[in-house]
Amino acid sequence: MTDHTSQAELVRRSLKGRYRKERRFRAYGIVAIAIALAALVTLFTDIVGKGYTGFLKTTITLEVTMDPDLMYLDDPTDPKQVRMADFVAPLVAAVGRALPSATQDDQDALRRLINPYASSELRDALIENPEWMGTTRTMSFLAHSNVDVYVKHKGDAAYSIKLTDQQQAWVDDLRARELVETSFNDVFFTSGDSRDPAKAGVLGAIVGSLLTMIITLVLAFPIGVAAAIYLEEFAPRNKLTDFIEVNINNLAAVPSIIFGLLGLAIFINLFGMPRSVPVVGGLVLTLMTLPTIIISSRAAIKSVPPSVREAAEGIGASKMQVVLHHVLPLALPGMLTGSIIGMAQALGETAPLLLIGMVAFIVEVPEGLFDAATVLPVQVFLWAGSPELAFIERASAAIMVLLAFLMSMNALAIWLRKRLERRW
Amino acid sequence: MSTVSSTITNKMQAPDDKAMPVTEDKVMPVTEAKPEQTVLEEGVTVGTPFADDPKFKLRDVEVFYGETQAIKNISLDVARNEVIAFIGPSGCGKSTFLRCLNRMNDSIDSCRIKGSLLLDGQNIYDSKRDVVELRARVGMVFQKPNPFPKSIYDNVAYGPRIHGLANRKSDLDDIVENSLRKAGLWNEVKDRLDAMATGMSGGQQQRLCIARAIAVSPEVVLMDEPCSALDPIATARIEELITEMSESYTIVIVTHSMQQAARVSNRTAYFHMGHLVEVNDTSKVFTTPEHELTESYITGRFG
Repeated sequence: MTDHTSQAELVRRSLKGRYRKERRFRAYGIVAIAIALAALVTLFTDIVGKGYTGFLKTTITLEVTMDPDLMYLDDPTDPKQVRMADFVAPLVAAVGRALPSATQDDQDALRRLINPYASSELRDALIENPEWMGTTRTMSFLAHSNVDVYVKHKGDAAYSIKLTDQQQAWVDDLRARELVETSFNDVFFTSGDSRDPAKAGVLGAIVGSLLTMIITLVLAFPIGVAAAIYLEEFAPRNKLTDFIEVNINNLAAVPSIIFGLLGLAIFINLFGMPRSVPVVGGLVLTLMTLPTIIISSRAAIKSVPPSVREAAEGIGASKMQVVLHHVLPLALPGMLTGSIIGMAQALGETAPLLLIGMVAFIVEVPEGLFDAATVLPVQVFLWAGSPELAFIERASAAIMVLLAFLMSMNALAIWLRKRLERRW
Repeated sequence: MSTVSSTITNKMQAPDDKAMPVTEDKVMPVTEAKPEQTVLEEGVTVGTPFADDPKFKLRDVEVFYGETQAIKNISLDVARNEVIAFIGPSGCGKSTFLRCLNRMNDSIDSCRIKGSLLLDGQNIYDSKRDVVELRARVGMVFQKPNPFPKSIYDNVAYGPRIHGLANRKSDLDDIVENSLRKAGLWNEVKDRLDAMATGMSGGQQQRLCIARAIAVSPEVVLMDEPCSALDPIATARIEELITEMSESYTIVIVTHSMQQAARVSNRTAYFHMGHLVEVNDTSKVFTTPEHELTESYITGRFG
């Protein structure tokens, strides 16, 4: 009896220590999660704080008089005349009229308030509406990127304001009269890259990413799943398959830039495929993603309970039927998870694409798999490295677009997975 | 008790309450015999391992897992429409031997099988033999109920579908209904054939697995401890089912429950460390076993 009580006493005493250990362990976990969350929140606040202005554009509203004499243009439907015409003069005149304090000597300073592309906007508008010639219309144009920076970041030490004091005074004046305004930046989503930050957009990069991802998904998923099924279900276990397995595992750890070199050497130099195109980008990313998909698919196949396999074999299902009717449907959710991870990696990949030329400055939005294109992460890379500060906020905005792209892709895959799981 | 008459009657005469008193009588002499030291001779089986016109004719069967020999030179006949029970301590090779009968060991790479295994005079392990056809003739029910994660209907219909046994939907419906009736499950599930099979109770799942096995009309049904995961009531239902099935199928059942072997089987084979020690009519095995190892096992000396 005494033995029992003393043992209970011993257990009771050790309990305290055990609980203390447990509490400590739990505290470590909470601290770890807190650090991770803090890092995430900091990152997001930074990106959103810096980038939300990227979703705003600055416009300037002008009373433009389309004076034929000033523009050397009588008939906007005549391409020859249009080529020779001056579309800047009416804009500068309009700014001058809006700012009575400006003199004839300030022409240059006034011109630098409007975006260099404003004149081509005016030209396009006139070609479409020739009857506007000789009239005066209220029109909105993009402001110069320096004005854009000034309006958005006045007083922010991180941004250097490139406007003269006089120009600043003018902009303040126009802003007070609501002639210079900020609004949602539709240009950012409807145009490709540009040298002018105010005209630069991510549409080209989004389409490039989309095309590249389509190639990657269409190639990597079936090849990866087929390879996994073959290796797991049909391949004989011998030196060769062991060798293949080791190499697949190693490939998953190869730095992605190596895949870029491989793509450059094989697809571009050997096969003579064009540079900077989504097809080559997709092929390179396929090579990079395949090991991830194969490894996770094999794990998913392995995790199918052997009892299901035995049950099917027991009533005489052939190998192929066991795989197609039972193993594959049960493993598919796991395979999809692996593919999502692989695709997410591929979507955020920059290094290998630099080597195959997708880092080029491309203004046009790609229209096909063989059009020169860039992708979102590379676009971020390009803008982040730009000396012009106005591009930095575009880079942050592009990061947000990339994240949204990623999240919607993941959401789609999770939805797909849930649907497949419910069927089984 | 020592008289061995027709196996059918013996089966009925061998309930556990009769087996137990006999074992108590024998306790003392067995202790003196020290069964652990009994030397087993390979290929020697006491009793009546052979039958005329057997369904399975198994001769000098040896099974290896890599270097380890799991089955040591076993010869045995399985008669037509009999229920034969394999008993023996864990790891004695009875399940391994059972799985050889429809080549379920094929998927284990390290497994090698020697000897001659004939089903109706044809070699099971012939390289030209199609394992799919073999398994359609020799069905199997496993230890753990393993229904497919599909509907009850699809579970039973799967076998007939892949083997092309039913061309029309109505034929398939008939097969499903008949199989479920035979497995004693029809009344419980007829209103919810579309329900997931995995949502049923363990006993129902196992009966579904039996229905699934007999849906392809096999000639032989192999059962690997079919009741080990079930409660006594579910076990009783399955045993009833086995007794009914014995009229039209040859059944080989591995079991750890000697009472179960006594209740359902005509003949019982006792395995010990890869050897087939004794095969006799069930009543004889449980009343007057010929081999001292069998006796020690059924009296609970070891196992």
